[in-house]
Amino acid sequence: MYKLTYKQYFEALKEGKLLGLKCNDCSSYTAPPKLCCDKCGSTNTEVVTLSGKGVIKTFTVIRVAPEGYDAPYIVAIAELEEGPWLMGNIVNVDPDKAKMDNIIGKKVTVGAKVLPKMNYTPDEGVTPAFTIAE
Amino acid sequence: MRKVAIMGVGMTKFGPTEKSQVELFAEAAMDAINTSNIKPKNVQALFLGNGLGDFAEGQVNMASFCANEIGLPPETTAMRFEGACASASIAIKNAFLLVASGAYDIVIAGGTERALALSTSMATRTFAMATDSKYEEFSGLTFPGVFAMLAHLYADKYNIPLPKLKERMAMVAVKNHKNGAKNPKAQFQKEITVETVLKSFVVADPLQLFDCCPFSDGAAAIVITTDEIAKKHVEKPVYILGTGQGSAGSLGRQKDYTIMPSRIASAKQAYKMAGVGPKDINVAEVHDCFTIAEIVLLENLGFYDFGTASEAVEKGETEIGGKIAINPSGGLKAKGHPVGATGAAQVYEIVKQLRGECGARQVENARIGMTDTLGGDAGTIVNLILGI
Repeated sequence: MYKLTYKQYFEALKEGKLLGLKCNDCSSYTAPPKLCCDKCGSTNTEVVTLSGKGVIKTFTVIRVAPEGYDAPYIVAIAELEEGPWLMGNIVNVDPDKAKMDNIIGKKVTVGAKVLPKMNYTPDEGVTPAFTIAE
Repeated sequence: MRKVAIMGVGMTKFGPTEKSQVELFAEAAMDAINTSNIKPKNVQALFLGNGLGDFAEGQVNMASFCANEIGLPPETTAMRFEGACASASIAIKNAFLLVASGAYDIVIAGGTERALALSTSMATRTFAMATDSKYEEFSGLTFPGVFAMLAHLYADKYNIPLPKLKERMAMVAVKNHKNGAKNPKAQFQKEITVETVLKSFVVADPLQLFDCCPFSDGAAAIVITTDEIAKKHVEKPVYILGTGQGSAGSLGRQKDYTIMPSRIASAKQAYKMAGVGPKDINVAEVHDCFTIAEIVLLENLGFYDFGTASEAVEKGETEIGGKIAINPSGGLKAKGHPVGATGAAQVYEIVKQLRGECGARQVENARIGMTDTLGGDAGTIVNLILGI
C-alpha cells in the first residue's frame, strides 16, 4: 500500500536525495511522505525526487535540549520549491549569530544528518540538514 | 441528546508534590464526588487524562488503579485518554458525549500528571514525544522550540518588530502571574514585571524562561451527569453547552501555523453546538503554554482579528475586568501545567467562575465560559463551552 515508507525516505535522504510524493490527481507534492496526498487525500501518487531547494520560513535556537541532544543548535522550517514545509537543522550558521534578518527568507539546500539510536527510538534517526546559500 | 451538567469539581494545588499520580487524582476526584453530594458507588465510569505517566512513574493502565483507589465498584468502566496536553479535555468531552447519549448517568472525568518527577532533559524529551517522532523530533525540536518558531513566524508575517512583540508577550506572562497570585491552588502565586521576563534566560530564541509555563505536578476532576440528576444534588449546576475537537498532522504539514486549522475547526464545532459566538464568551481558560501561544489562540478562537491580539494584550483587554477575561486562574503560566490534568483544571476554573466562587479573581457577571486545550503542536485541540 505504501509507495514510500519513512525508512525508504530516510535511506534516500542519507544518500543526498530528497524524495516525496507527487499526486496524479491534484498535482501537489507531499514531503515527508505519508499514505496519501497531503492536500487532497488521493492515494494515486508517485514517488519523485524533489529539487532539495527551499526558503527558510522560521527558526529557533534550542538552548535547553532534550535528553540525547547537545544545545545550542538551530531548528528551522523551510518551504520547498515544490510547496511542502520541511523541518530540519540549519548546519552552517553559528547559533549565537542566528537572527530573523539573516535567517528568514534565505535560500537553502537540503542535506541529511544521521542520529544514533537513542532511548525510545526504534532505530537511527535521519533529519534534514539545511545549508544556507552563500 | 440529554442536557449535560457538571456537579462537583476537585483540584489539587499545582506544583511539586510527593504524592503519586494515582494519589493526586484520588484527592481531586474525592473532592469532586463529595461536592457533588454523591457516593463513589454512584459513579459508573472514570475517564482519566494522563500524558507522561509511563515515563514519570513507569505506570500505565492507571485509570483502573484510580477507580480502585477511590472505591469505585468492579463494574466501573475506567479508561485513560491520551492527547498530550489535551488529554483531560478529551476525557471530559467523551464523558459529555456518553452522558448525553444515555450510555452513563454519572461519570467522573479529569486528569493527573507528575512531570516534576522527571529531570529537565527527560521532561523536555517526553514533552517532545508529542511532536512527529519520525519526521520532526530528530531535529532536536522541543516544545519551547515549536512556539519560538511561531513567534518568529508571527513577527515576520504581521511585520511587528521582534522587540515590540516580545514586550507584548511578556505582558501575557505579567497578566497571568497577576491572576495566579490570587489563586491559592496556583504553582506560582507571585506577581512579576515585564523586566522579570526580559531578563530571564533564553530557552529557545526568542522565548525566555518566563515566556514558558513550568513543569508541574497536579490533578483535577469533575463529575458529569444529566441536568435532572444535577438539580437533585447541587445548587448551581453548570451546563456543558458545546464541545469541539480538531486534529492535524506534523507541524510542517500545517505550514503557516499562526492559523491552526485544527483549532479553528474545533472552536467552530463548539460555538455551533452551543449556539453562541466568540462575542458571547465572558471568560476563557486557554492554552498559554507559552506567551506567544496565548496571543495566537485569541485570534484562532475568533476573539480578535488575525495579527491584532498582541496589541489587545498591551491595551489590557484580556485582563479580569477587560473586554474578555483570559486565564483568570493564572493559566498554564502561573497556575502550572500538569499535562494530563490541564484541561480539567481549566474546566474547574470556569465552573468556579460561573458559580461566582473565585474571590479576588472573580470575573463579574460571568455567564458563559470557554476552555481551549492544545495537545502536541496543535495535533489535538479541544474546546468546551460552559454556561449557567
